[in-house]
Amino acid sequence: MVSGNGSVVRKAMLDALSLPAFILFFTMMGFGSLARGAGFTADMAVVASLLIWGLPGQLAMVELTSTGQGIAAIMFACSLANARFLPMVVSFVPALSRGQASLPRRLLDAQLLSINSWAVCMREFPHIEPEFRHRYYVTFASSILFAAAMGTLIGYHGAILLPAVMVLGLIFVSPLFFALVLSAVNGRAERFSMIFGCATVVVANSLFPAFDLLITGVVGGSLGFAAGKFWKPRNAG
Amino acid sequence: MPAESLWLIVLGCAAATFVWRALGVVVVRRIDPQGAFFQWVTCVSYAMVAGLIFRMIVMPESDLAAVSLTTRIAAVVIAFAAYYLFKRRLVAGVVAGGISLSALAAWLG
Repeated sequence: MVSGNGSVVRKAMLDALSLPAFILFFTMMGFGSLARGAGFTADMAVVASLLIWGLPGQLAMVELTSTGQGIAAIMFACSLANARFLPMVVSFVPALSRGQASLPRRLLDAQLLSINSWAVCMREFPHIEPEFRHRYYVTFASSILFAAAMGTLIGYHGAILLPAVMVLGLIFVSPLFFALVLSAVNGRAERFSMIFGCATVVVANSLFPAFDLLITGVVGGSLGFAAGKFWKPRNAG
Repeated sequence: MPAESLWLIVLGCAAATFVWRALGVVVVRRIDPQGAFFQWVTCVSYAMVAGLIFRMIVMPESDLAAVSLTTRIAAVVIAFAAYYLFKRRLVAGVVAGGISLSALAAWLG
């Protein structure tokens, strides 16, 4: 169990620097260069990374802007691509053990959340004393947010040019990281949900590509929830 | 497009994303974290995130689409093998997987 302000901050920064900060740096480099192509300025691209803080939505924004869509359509597409934040925030906030925090503080916590922090905290929280979890989360999330902003800026200016094959490896690293992190998640219902989620996304993506992740969440999550309830191992008593 | 419209798009998109986050904060205040509804929402987020990752690897819209599915799956297998081989160190898995993908893509075209 990790406890104490100093050690929890150190752990959060080490956990961020061990991989997620680099992954976000390179992923956001990709976003920065796309944002430039779509006509955004460098400060707009950085503000987008800082304030939207959800890559699928940022990519939707850039893509639709470059094809000349109206602002309402762009906002809708971005919002839809980032709709996963609703269930993510709901499942995450109680794990933070924040007690009686005020509404603005809770909203700030929610604004800092990204798929990286969510996945890493869900994995690390069982090893951190409850009263230090919030500090761990804020340190981790701000570290990777900083890396993302830097990556956006550097990608925008095309300061680091990498060979195409290496870029492929770097794009691949992001989903790979999450796959490894989530493979450690315990809990029957959670594991069932992830398996059903993978199966559902194939069907949902071919039928309703715009809503595939929403459908995947609701269908896969409900099946996983039901499976966790009804399929108990025999030795559980 | 004029700079004002582009700023409006950036801030509009930030607001459109924040709506979900804020809604999550509002919803979570009204539900019991031990209750069935909370467990269901947790399952929904795991399914969504797993689906997103699966889509990124198996059905990518990125440049990864140019790499064959066999290569991508081989790289995932290598990543998991390295991860377990090196006592569940994420760095080992991610580095092994990333390098294998780059190498296989360069070798097989």
